[in-house]
Amino acid sequence: MNFNEKSAFMEEQARLDEFNRKLEAGEKIEPKDWMPERFRKQLIRMMSQHAHSEIVGMLPEGNWITRAPSLRRKLILLAKVQDEAGHGLYLYSGTETLGVSREQLIEDLHSGRAKYANIFNYPTLTWADIPIIGWLVDGAAIVNQTMLAKSSYGPYARANLRICKEESFHKKQGYEAVALLANGTPEQKKMVQDAVDRWWWPTLMMFGPHDSNSPNSSELINWKVKTKTNDELRQSFVDRTVEEAHAVGLTIPDPDLKFNEEIGHWDFGPIDFDELYRVVNGDGPCNKERLDARRSAWDNGAWVRDAASEYARKQKLRTIKAS
Amino acid sequence: MTKQEALFTYLLRLADDRLILGHRLSEWCGHGPVLEEDIALANMALDNIGHATSLLTYAAEVEDKGRNEDQLAFFRDVREYTNIKLVELPKGDFGFTIARQFLFSTFAMLHYEALKDCADPQLKGMTAKALKEYRYHHRHSKQWIIRLGDGTKESHERIQKSINDLWMYTNELFFMNEVDEVLISEKIAVNLEKLRSDWQKLVEETLKEATLEIPDYKQYMQQGGRNGIHTEHLGYLLGEMQQLPRMYPEAQW
Amino acid sequence: MSEITNDWPVWEVFTQKKSGAPHEHAGNLHAPDAEMALQNARDVYSRRNEAVSIWVVPAEHIVSSTPEDMGPFFDPANDKIYRHPQFYSVPKVVKKRS
Repeated sequence: MNFNEKSAFMEEQARLDEFNRKLEAGEKIEPKDWMPERFRKQLIRMMSQHAHSEIVGMLPEGNWITRAPSLRRKLILLAKVQDEAGHGLYLYSGTETLGVSREQLIEDLHSGRAKYANIFNYPTLTWADIPIIGWLVDGAAIVNQTMLAKSSYGPYARANLRICKEESFHKKQGYEAVALLANGTPEQKKMVQDAVDRWWWPTLMMFGPHDSNSPNSSELINWKVKTKTNDELRQSFVDRTVEEAHAVGLTIPDPDLKFNEEIGHWDFGPIDFDELYRVVNGDGPCNKERLDARRSAWDNGAWVRDAASEYARKQKLRTIKAS
Repeated sequence: MTKQEALFTYLLRLADDRLILGHRLSEWCGHGPVLEEDIALANMALDNIGHATSLLTYAAEVEDKGRNEDQLAFFRDVREYTNIKLVELPKGDFGFTIARQFLFSTFAMLHYEALKDCADPQLKGMTAKALKEYRYHHRHSKQWIIRLGDGTKESHERIQKSINDLWMYTNELFFMNEVDEVLISEKIAVNLEKLRSDWQKLVEETLKEATLEIPDYKQYMQQGGRNGIHTEHLGYLLGEMQQLPRMYPEAQW
Repeated sequence: MSEITNDWPVWEVFTQKKSGAPHEHAGNLHAPDAEMALQNARDVYSRRNEAVSIWVVPAEHIVSSTPEDMGPFFDPANDKIYRHPQFYSVPKVVKKRS
């Protein structure tokens, strides 16, 4: 190592020390701070997956906006799906602070390079799926996002904080509507139990693989991007949800579900992680449809985006000419 | 026709226009040309459906036959719907939706400005609140008309075609009959014919700024929506919208 | 697909929660021009009427300090403790009232 190399190495080491000191002290890493390249890459991966999930997640619920069974439910659902667009936008904004453009991120989604939550590749078949998504899927998302609101990356923490504030009504309205169905007509009861049966296991898969099998997760925890493991988050979701299910007389489709007095948690049966990997990697019931819908929205909007850019360009020229 | 009957019909007209337009706007949710517009279109859908809900609630109260806003929305068939045809046409491309938004919100804005002295306090309150929303819808769609008209060659052609295609549905905005006469004498409604020149002026100004041509006012003009004579599209829309409450009429949601 | 590949520029959004309060950074968005940026900001960052006033600024026009600047920028102020209210001891009676 010559002198220059040595001083560059020492400088790098000093930056890394400062980065680690900040994490240790619980300070946030901000966009202009130095960060290891791997940290940046992992954050881009994680934050863009989160953003894509919000955007693709609009589709299964959006499927029922025009068919909502009352005006009140229609307004709630529309506002909720609109919030998801907003949340996707906050998250894309946060990801852009890491030096990648939204267009690039969208292209990664459309080409299949980027992933999004497994859960949105399942179909919404009856109205009951909408309250169940609000209760289970948003419930799972809240557990995750509450943790991420304390993330070590400033823009990610702030985006999640804003999301949590706005999403508090999502789960609440979901559970309210679930309770109504669970106490409704025999058809409604059947409809809502069927929805629980179909959505329960995919929801548990949303938290990702077991800790023993999740290298990304432990790295993110070391950096304090996440502060809890996949299994910890999953357990806290199961604990609160099982009780809510029982309160309205719904059955969780898991014969192994049992309260463990010793540790004070609900034990649950094995998760089919093969299904998770299969669906995340493209082979789920609605993967193709979801991506096709996103691509066609983007492609059909190209002429609109171009027109606005072209108008802005013309206006600039006109202003220059006038002055 | 009694004042009560006239007011009920008048409220239904306002509500039906907004509910059906809101339905068409809500079809964009998740499919907009860019995330920001997805959010904007959903906002306008929410404004319309929210306002329609208040209008239907009040209509049910005026009717006083024990129906509520959901029964009025979900258990009336095509022939009982009183919206104008303009709002029920399929959503088309983004330009078509924007053109319709522009033509409708320009009218709604003028209409609600004219209702500022409405003698019915409830209707007055509701329209005063919604006026702010329609001013925003007008501004949003106007800005887009200008950008699409004066944007690229493709966007210019597309938006011109949408304006042309929608033109024959615009005369129905000014439809009036006995309902209006009764309510005008009660100082509840206004003479819509008096709004026509302002509407034309606002529309023409924007079309000109957008380098677009103003279609011929003397062409064949559609009518019938207010009397329940609709396009064939409305039946499909209602079939989709009303499916669940009609399948399970005793259920609460 | 699109022939013109210029993506819409990024705008930073600042919202004021009530009159008299400062405008605070809310986030950013993409828009072709200032008017559209303002409209979109209303839809994106004030869906629940959180703002009474909105500013939008092209992101490229924002000049930001770097962490390296932080020393020289802020150190001089650090020894002017009289700028901070905690510097002044106030009689207890007054304190209660404030």
